[in-house]
Amino acid sequence: MSAAEEVVAEGNEAVEAVPKRAMTLGTGTSLVVLLLLIAVPLFAKNFVIFQLTQLLYLGLAVLALNILTGGSGQFSLGQSAFYGIGAYVTAVMMEQFNVPYFLCLPVAGVLCFGAGFLFGQPALRLSGVYLALATFALATAMPQLLKLNFLEHWTGGVQGLVVTKPDAPFGLKMSQDMWLYYFTLVVVLMIYVFSVNLLRSRSGRAFMAIRDNEIAASAMGVNVALYKTLAFGVSAGITGVAGGLSAIAVQFVAPDSFTITLAIQLFLGMVVGGVGWLPGSIIGAAFIIFVPNIAEGISKGLSGAVFGVLLFLVIYLVPHGARQVAILGQQLAGRLRKN
Amino acid sequence: MELFTNQVLAGIATGAIYACMALAVVMIYQAIDHLNFAQGEMAMFSTFISWQLIQWGVPYWGAFIITLAFSFVAGIAIERILFKPLAKAPVLTNVAGFIALFAIINSSAGLIWDFTIKQYPTPFGSAPFLGSQLISTHQAGMIGVTVLLLLGLYFFFQYTRIGLAMRAAASVPESARLVGINTSWMIALGWGMATAIGSIAGMLIAPVVFLEPNMMGGVLIYGFAAAVLGGLTSPFGAVVGGFLVGIFENLAGTYIPGVGNELKLPIALALIISVLVVKPAGLFGRHIVKRV
Amino acid sequence: MLFGRTLRTATFATAVAALATSAALAQKTYDTGASDTEIKIGNIMPYSGPASAYGIIGKTEEAYIKMINDKGGINGRKINFVSYDDGYSPPKAVEQVRKLVESDEVLAVFNPLGTPSNTAIQKYLNAKKIPQLFVATGATKWNDPKNFPWTIGWQPSYQSEAQIYAKWLMKEKPDAKVAILYQNDDFGKDYLKGTKDGLGPKGASMIIMEESYEISEPSIDGHIVKLKAANPDVLLIYATPKFAAQTIKKTAELGWKPLQILTNVSISVGSVMKPAGFEASQNVLSAAYAKDSTDPQWANDPGMKRWNEFVDKYMPGADKTDTGMVYGYGAASTLVKTLEMCGDNLTRANVMKQAASLKDFAPDTLLPGVKINTSATDFAPISQLQMQRFKGEKWELFGDIINGDVAPE
Repeated sequence: MSAAEEVVAEGNEAVEAVPKRAMTLGTGTSLVVLLLLIAVPLFAKNFVIFQLTQLLYLGLAVLALNILTGGSGQFSLGQSAFYGIGAYVTAVMMEQFNVPYFLCLPVAGVLCFGAGFLFGQPALRLSGVYLALATFALATAMPQLLKLNFLEHWTGGVQGLVVTKPDAPFGLKMSQDMWLYYFTLVVVLMIYVFSVNLLRSRSGRAFMAIRDNEIAASAMGVNVALYKTLAFGVSAGITGVAGGLSAIAVQFVAPDSFTITLAIQLFLGMVVGGVGWLPGSIIGAAFIIFVPNIAEGISKGLSGAVFGVLLFLVIYLVPHGARQVAILGQQLAGRLRKN
Repeated sequence: MELFTNQVLAGIATGAIYACMALAVVMIYQAIDHLNFAQGEMAMFSTFISWQLIQWGVPYWGAFIITLAFSFVAGIAIERILFKPLAKAPVLTNVAGFIALFAIINSSAGLIWDFTIKQYPTPFGSAPFLGSQLISTHQAGMIGVTVLLLLGLYFFFQYTRIGLAMRAAASVPESARLVGINTSWMIALGWGMATAIGSIAGMLIAPVVFLEPNMMGGVLIYGFAAAVLGGLTSPFGAVVGGFLVGIFENLAGTYIPGVGNELKLPIALALIISVLVVKPAGLFGRHIVKRV
Repeated sequence: MLFGRTLRTATFATAVAALATSAALAQKTYDTGASDTEIKIGNIMPYSGPASAYGIIGKTEEAYIKMINDKGGINGRKINFVSYDDGYSPPKAVEQVRKLVESDEVLAVFNPLGTPSNTAIQKYLNAKKIPQLFVATGATKWNDPKNFPWTIGWQPSYQSEAQIYAKWLMKEKPDAKVAILYQNDDFGKDYLKGTKDGLGPKGASMIIMEESYEISEPSIDGHIVKLKAANPDVLLIYATPKFAAQTIKKTAELGWKPLQILTNVSISVGSVMKPAGFEASQNVLSAAYAKDSTDPQWANDPGMKRWNEFVDKYMPGADKTDTGMVYGYGAASTLVKTLEMCGDNLTRANVMKQAASLKDFAPDTLLPGVKINTSATDFAPISQLQMQRFKGEKWELFGDIINGDVAPE
């Protein structure tokens, strides 16, 4: 086992082309971002707080996809399915079984981890376009599964399920929106720290070895099958938690909320944020939340077209996403310091 | 038994739609080595162009030829203007570009032609074919055109210099360049051909499903599924895949008790995934051996 | 945190003070979103995404309100109509409605479209006591003034319409074998339920087959073949326009001639019957509450003439076969009527009160005899329908105007 470990570590050399450090932010920047995230809601309207909450949980879902694609090199258009499962598990537990919301999220996460791990099994044999189709199929099928007749008793079928928003606990004088924001922030931070550590761990190195060269990785003793399905599971689990948070924030789940459109949005979020750069997830999420609104402001009849044009502009300017901007910024800062 | 035969025939009729679209999918895959999510929308837009021409009084076949030429040129133009600058960008960025193109075309078509459904003429008529009411002459004509296209593509890729060059450019671009193939223009040509084939698919599908901006949404999912089932490298496989998906979907909807009808599509997709697990390159696809 | 709260309290105090002064000055009362010069009305519509075909309703409403403003507005006030895209996605609907309420500060949210989107925002709007006016969906649940006093419907409910068909069948064809084709979503399921409720335990045995389809299916021919094999003599078509047209066309191609009853949602002559083929559409039955813009029988109708003038002037080039434009015109005129009735008392409570006090109001686009009536216990503005049969190239109305209210559970 220790021999294998050494081999993995050595295999890691090849990955250095995409440095591990580049996947995260430096300590200073992290602190500034964290402070901002904590402080901003204090000065914002409830609606803005709600949007920020959206930003956090969609960012979390993009992060999950980033771990899968950026980390292990597997491509998925099926994230909306796990997001939907997470949201429904949370909603059903809260509304039908009166489970407190903070207990629903771990359950949603674990169940989605299981679902992702299982789905990862057949997906193992597929790669590239074929994997894309398999996950695409999952995303297309999900709304139909959610409205199945025999689940209607719990899920509300085509009508969906209304969720009650939790009040702030301990008699805190805080609006529901603000409480939910801080709650979401804590969850997201915990998962972010976990993800960063995961990618720096042995498993993370194994993911990246597979991403960069599957055959070489397996030749060096990485259990490719195990780590590929593990990546799927982790990604699905995190997506499920994000879905659960969305159910609480939106206060409603319905099959129409979890269509392929959502999966495509998450994918776009990842590309815009930068594949493999975890902090970019939040920038990607901002893109998918705010740019459609901007497009709509420019032209209602052609909002789709305007969105498309804006998206083209972004990928022309920075084909590697926000990550490219960050790297440029870093270089610039470095040069300034030298001068 | 009669129901069974009927469902198989109806499946073949619907399968013809999928087969047509799957051919266009295979064409683009051969040219650029990945799938184009905007392909359905491009086909829809071409179909609208031909519809507009017919509305202006151009006879059907005239509109057909003009649309074909338009689509070919438009396909090349889209590649040259929008995707050539992305040639060096990562694959996933290109996919994002397809999604952007999808949004642009869908939204523009809605603005120009509205979202109400439009009747689209068929050159084959819609009388029962050979006495069977299940397959109309239009659907028979559609199968005929699909087969012709298939043969054409087969000869193009197997026996013409340009077809071989295109395949080489898509699968091993480095070596293709070394033997003097202009890979960049091969890609553009592939776009043009795929768009033209897509427009034929659109024009054949529209009489059945009616013309509207969202008409290809569902068709494209099935077209992808069919192409992947048959093997993305094989035009023949794509056509067979189309018919298989059509037939299987109908049979699942009819004979699987309980959830069959509600879950027709998921069951069909699950079956395709199972096939892929056994044969990762599809039923008729070439297995690509990876170099270390 | 503390700072934020103080700030907000201060703003609130100023607002209250301002409100008090203006009320004292002119005997006019306003809630957020209304003033001496403006009434701000919010709306959400699926301008993009899978249901973008309905976006035309929002555009029509915007144009209608522009016409009203050009004519001087309502009691001297201009309507500021703010309409956002929700892409038919419930989470987006919540985001956009919160933006309307908390950022744009509208007086009321008018005609938001879609059952899922409306369900998603209903609880929020009711908790905030903001009118959810004349929602654009036919679910039964909007007529529930007891539990949701801030939500009111507009069009006849799907269930009540289905009950009308069921009752008609029980009377005219008690021995019929009925098959139902429905869209597998809230819309189709409501019709299914209404039909079953209408047939009751006695008529339940009449249904020999229920077949559902998904909107993601490109063509529903396979379902029609299956339905034909069961050999029913009545086919109920609870499908959206594209699929309804496919169904009518396919049944004709199969040489199958059951009695077909079609949902009101898909009765447009121009965008359903004509694409399906007039020959194939003969003798199809349905029920209507609004005039069809493409039906020649309304060519000289004064109401439809006004509609035509409006479209020519404010929506030049628009496709007149689109039923969404008739719908939007009717809904927007109901809004304008309600706001007119509010007078200078533009509080949210009064808007709801007036919306629930409409008496025999007949927008230009409704069928002769169909009138909008609401009361404190009746939040279903349109509940009358008339049966019709397709003959030649138009619908022929027959029978009485039927009142079909269904109480929500």
